Amino acid sequence: MSSKDLILGRVRAALRDAPVAPPVPREYRPAGRPASLDVLVDRLLDYKAEVHRVRQDEIATTVAGLVDGAVIVPPGLPRAWRPAAAVPDDGLAPDRIAAAAAVLTAAAVAVAETGTIVLDAAPDQGRRIITLLPDVHFCVLRPAQVVAAVPDAVARLDPRRPLTWISGPSATSDIELNRVEGVHGPRHLHVLLLDE
Amino acid sequence: MTTFLGMPATAPRGVGNLRGEQTFPAAAHDALADSQLRRNLRHATTTIRGKSGKVIAELPDWQPLRDAGSAIKTDVLARLPELLEQLEERVTAAGGVVHWAADANEANAIVTRLVRETGSDRVIKVKSMATQEIGLNEALEEAGIAAVETDLAELIVQLGHDKPSHILVPAIHRNRAEIREIFLREMPGVDPALTDDPPVLAAAARRYLRETFLSTTVAISGANFAIADTGTLAVVESEGNGRMCLTLPDTLITVMGIEKVLPTWQDLEVFLQLLPRASTGERMNPYTTMWTGVTPGDGPQNFHLVLLDNGRSAVLSDPAGRSALHCIRCSACLNVCPVYERAGGHAYGSVYPGPIGAVLSPQLTGIADNASLPYASSLCGACFDACPVKIDIPSLLVHLRNEAPHPRGERAAMAAAARIMDRPRVYAAAQRAAKLARIAGRRGRGLPPPLSGWTAGRDLPEFPEQTFRDWWASR
Ligand code: SF4
Repeated sequence: MSSKDLILGRVRAALRDAPVAPPVPREYRPAGRPASLDVLVDRLLDYKAEVHRVRQDEIATTVAGLVDGAVIVPPGLPRAWRPAAAVPDDGLAPDRIAAAAAVLTAAAVAVAETGTIVLDAAPDQGRRIITLLPDVHFCVLRPAQVVAAVPDAVARLDPRRPLTWISGPSATSDIELNRVEGVHGPRHLHVLLLDE
Repeated sequence: MTTFLGMPATAPRGVGNLRGEQTFPAAAHDALADSQLRRNLRHATTTIRGKSGKVIAELPDWQPLRDAGSAIKTDVLARLPELLEQLEERVTAAGGVVHWAADANEANAIVTRLVRETGSDRVIKVKSMATQEIGLNEALEEAGIAAVETDLAELIVQLGHDKPSHILVPAIHRNRAEIREIFLREMPGVDPALTDDPPVLAAAARRYLRETFLSTTVAISGANFAIADTGTLAVVESEGNGRMCLTLPDTLITVMGIEKVLPTWQDLEVFLQLLPRASTGERMNPYTTMWTGVTPGDGPQNFHLVLLDNGRSAVLSDPAGRSALHCIRCSACLNVCPVYERAGGHAYGSVYPGPIGAVLSPQLTGIADNASLPYASSLCGACFDACPVKIDIPSLLVHLRNEAPHPRGERAAMAAAARIMDRPRVYAAAQRAAKLARIAGRRGRGLPPPLSGWTAGRDLPEFPEQTFRDWWASR
């Protein structure tokens, strides 16, 4: 007997009382409420992200004004957004990515209520590794990408893509429950919220 | 007991970390004498309770979310065989390989073989209860494979040659001075001028692990959720070590208890709201990674999912006890438990401490091997109120007490337990009074609604230290 058959056989035997689950009550707030940019900004700041309200043509200068050195960009990032120091990711080695000053990407969705940005590895966001190793992550967000709450984000996202949900910079509370920003992921998260 | 093929089986002896060397009262004795430990624990649990209560109060639909979470888990258990087969099919279709492990020994053997096949003698690990449960690190070590824990707290535990004492904050029993000493003693290449400032300690861990992340080709993780209808796995974390492990290596091996499966992608909308708020007291944890099989050119190109039984089928076979498998390991029940706050996590002798551990450990091993754990509770009910998936832990404890063997040697423990069990009735009365007081308009001192119900209770019936100690001493 394979272990699969063994385990499934055990589970079926364990359920010999044939329990029937009642329908799942979904009385919680459903997707579809309007999203508030102010709530998003408030939550981002609360989790120590920095927020900049910019126009498209200010992205490159904003980034250049905040970091010195190479800025990794995914291959599909709009050209107009790229700072002079942009290094497009064409399969860069991990060392090269880790040595960069920052990474600049777009996003897939943002959740106002939780201050969360979700990346889905689309061409304007790139491979997961590029937003992981640099110490500073700049993330450009369009207002239309902001949704009210978690159910809206789940409905919009495609589970077949690799997804990274980001709420503030990396943090730990492992030492006496003190929150320390920045352990292994980027220690600084800058959200560039587009004025559109 | 003879095990028949195909019959639900408990977790085997001699492997893994589900059984303590001592009974709960004996093990708790030392912890009660350690006032530093108790101070650390009290500070930690009080802090998390406060944070959690605040962000839960922000959601007007916390109770409906709990109802949905509980109902989804009930549905999962009722349809477990079908969901597991669907998960296997979807993960396989997305390029992953699914393995089935009947118990800890088989899971350890599978993972060891998979690591050996990569040729690597080192793996990086992201904190996972399942792999601690089966004693995977020990098994890998025996096979000559080094397992590096990358979660800061797990690293503190590993470098301190210690055991985790909390599901979420495994080094909750260590304060900053102790952590600094451990790092100075055990961390290769550490700066001798290291201070005990938490950011400095975190930065030391970052430096120490960075090179390891970049040079290790195999990672091992657990999973918080697996979605049957899409084949998606999810890992929820804070520090970014999870992202490192789930993104950088060539090979990823995920070990997951069979009860972790969820039916649909949409179900995540419930659990991603429940887990962070109940667990770390955040609106959302800093990082959550979700992946479906293998994505060409992005992340690990070899993905293995190991589905683990190890006693879960035995838990499932008890209709009155199976709801313990709803647990999403948030640790809220630990943080509100007056017994946990005093005894600490080690006293439970299992990777699953606190109220849920007092239930789940004896269920997984068979009650005979953890007979004292169902008594590690005052039945005050705070755990039930705090649980995001509404597991009625007090009723499960009572149920298990009735199941426990009562041989001669146990009689003394029973008598002692009975003595402390008289107390909670007093406390229950106090709690009821507290609730009335709150309804009458005097707010509980602890958390804002909806948690004030139990904080009001918690503040009043502070377990009298002397009585509690008397009880242990009289053992
Ligand atoms: S039993 Fe409930 S409260 Fe305790 S860890 Fe599990 S889910 Fe959390």
